[in-house]
Amino acid sequence: MKLIRVGSIVLITYTLIAGILTPMVPQPQGPFQFPIIPGLEEKARNIFFHVPTAWTTVVAFLVSLWYGARYLKTRNINDDLASEASAGLGLLFCILATVTGALWAKFNWGSYWNWDPRQTSIFILLLIYGAYFALRSAIEVEETRARLSAVYAILAGLTVPFFIFVLPRLVGGLHPGAADDPDGAGPVVQFKMSGAMFVVFFIGLAGFNLLYVWMMNIRVRAARLAYRRSIQEG
Amino acid sequence: MRPMKLTLTGVQKRFNRRTIFQKIEIEIRGPGSLAVVGRNGSGKSTLAKIVAGVLSPTSGSVQLELDGAVIPRVERYRHLGFVSSYLTLYDEFTAAENVSLLEAMRSGITPLPAAVDALLAAMGLEARRNDRVGTFSSGMKQRVKYAVALVHRPPLLILDEPTANLDFDGISLVKRVTARQKSEGLLLVATNDPQEANWCDDRIELGKE
Amino acid sequence: MNGASQIAAVVRKDVHSELRNRYAINALGMFVLTTVATVLFALRSESPGPAPLAGMYWVVVFFSAMSGLARVFVSEEERGTSLTLQLTTSPGVLFAGKLLVNIALTLLLTTAVTVLYVIAFPTFELKTPEIFVLTVLLGSVGFAASATILAAIIAKANSRGTLYPVLAFPIMIPLLMTVMSATERALSGAPFGEAIGDLQVLAGYCLIMIAGSFLLFDHVWTE
Repeated sequence: MKLIRVGSIVLITYTLIAGILTPMVPQPQGPFQFPIIPGLEEKARNIFFHVPTAWTTVVAFLVSLWYGARYLKTRNINDDLASEASAGLGLLFCILATVTGALWAKFNWGSYWNWDPRQTSIFILLLIYGAYFALRSAIEVEETRARLSAVYAILAGLTVPFFIFVLPRLVGGLHPGAADDPDGAGPVVQFKMSGAMFVVFFIGLAGFNLLYVWMMNIRVRAARLAYRRSIQEG
Repeated sequence: MRPMKLTLTGVQKRFNRRTIFQKIEIEIRGPGSLAVVGRNGSGKSTLAKIVAGVLSPTSGSVQLELDGAVIPRVERYRHLGFVSSYLTLYDEFTAAENVSLLEAMRSGITPLPAAVDALLAAMGLEARRNDRVGTFSSGMKQRVKYAVALVHRPPLLILDEPTANLDFDGISLVKRVTARQKSEGLLLVATNDPQEANWCDDRIELGKE
Repeated sequence: MNGASQIAAVVRKDVHSELRNRYAINALGMFVLTTVATVLFALRSESPGPAPLAGMYWVVVFFSAMSGLARVFVSEEERGTSLTLQLTTSPGVLFAGKLLVNIALTLLLTTAVTVLYVIAFPTFELKTPEIFVLTVLLGSVGFAASATILAAIIAKANSRGTLYPVLAFPIMIPLLMTVMSATERALSGAPFGEAIGDLQVLAGYCLIMIAGSFLLFDHVWTE
């Protein structure tokens, strides 16, 4: 775990420095120069931070869902503790993703909110997290709370394929990589990053993933300690 | 009489981080009866609900066997009757409708009105069979619950405080019901009352581990 | 077959109960009337086009559903008859019965809203009726399916009234977006072929929600 913690700090720091400071030049040479992408220029740097947060929130949701489903099978409270821990992190990263996304939208497209399908999807995920925690806070009995929030997470998970495949069909989008974008299409954002940018991007992605693992580890351990302590006191 | 057996193995119930009971082991073969006794809060009603399949044990298992085959938990309701004061009927329906509709949901077959009337008469409710249960006293509601629990002649009868709310006639009625049930099937009585406990041939005491 | 008659008995019980009390129909009916009237006053002499009309139609349906479809489970929990049901039915049978009741309620609801809208808005014309009818049918089933499993969930929680729409909205967004799109086509006279994509999505949503809720209901219902 120490390795993960250190690794996460190192990678994200590198991404911060390299992502922000690497100069953008018309004819990039070598790993320490980025190309200028027409239409985006300096704003492209957002991709090093916005995309990993969006990615992490989705990962956190899937992990939460998985532990929830496990709880339904094992009825072991540790699975529910993990499910809730992951959902909490997912909510945090979702807020970050929505905010960084809205900032990008403002600078690129003129307004903070545009009903672009991907922007709408991240907002819906935010609603799902909110609903998940609203449900949890409305149930006092622990076993019932664990059961019902797991079921809700699964129900929400069932609707996710609709967002990925149906939404972009219904509404063309402004997002890089949406149906209307001539440069790229498909569920995962892909626009023309150079090799150098890819390197920094993947370092950032790896850093955020490690950050998530580290934070999950702390949260789950804290939750288990709190649980054990309340059993001893009770 | 059909061969029947009720087995509880290592049953434990924990609720909101409190252990209610643990390591419950029970085996009753039909015909037979068991009283579950214990102080208030020792988990008698909880155990009754676990046997009925309405509540899951935290660990351990409950098994009901009929004719040598294990009845899956989702099917257990077909073969049992359950009476308690905290069971609620549908106030807007008459006594006859409660018995009839609940049995229709249970078995898919609506019982003949004559059969329902005969059962209600046996419970002493002949005069009120077409009155809405909402107008009944708690003792009369208890009698309707007995009718609902017995209409399908269940192999397993679970009674949680059987004579609560009942007058003398009601108590004799329950005595007859329990005597018949324990000679033809399985009877489980959860109770504080020593008289009620004595109707059963065997007993288990909760809260003494 | 035994299961089918058990399910029919569950439906019969609810219908019987409703005929005695008339809680659901009255409340729902008044809610629909009030919401449509509010929309009418808000627009006054404006003649909205197909897109806003489609949107407003399903907004009314959504909120009416939120006000009326939770009853199937919440009322049982509130009056203490959940235990009775657990002792007399299996989860699958119970859910099937409650789902059918909610589908019937939603169909009644959408019919009422349609009639009111046709009367109240001259621009609400069903130019492609086939699209509209199929959309309303599939949409109603979709609403009922998600509303019923969610009703079972909130019945076991506190603050049910406010929790219900909070939980339901994210789950119903794909449904809402698609029915609004299809209804817009129906109102603007688009050819049937254009709506096939939407209708396929609706059918998919219904299937997934129904299958998913049946699989999950046991975990919600059984303690």
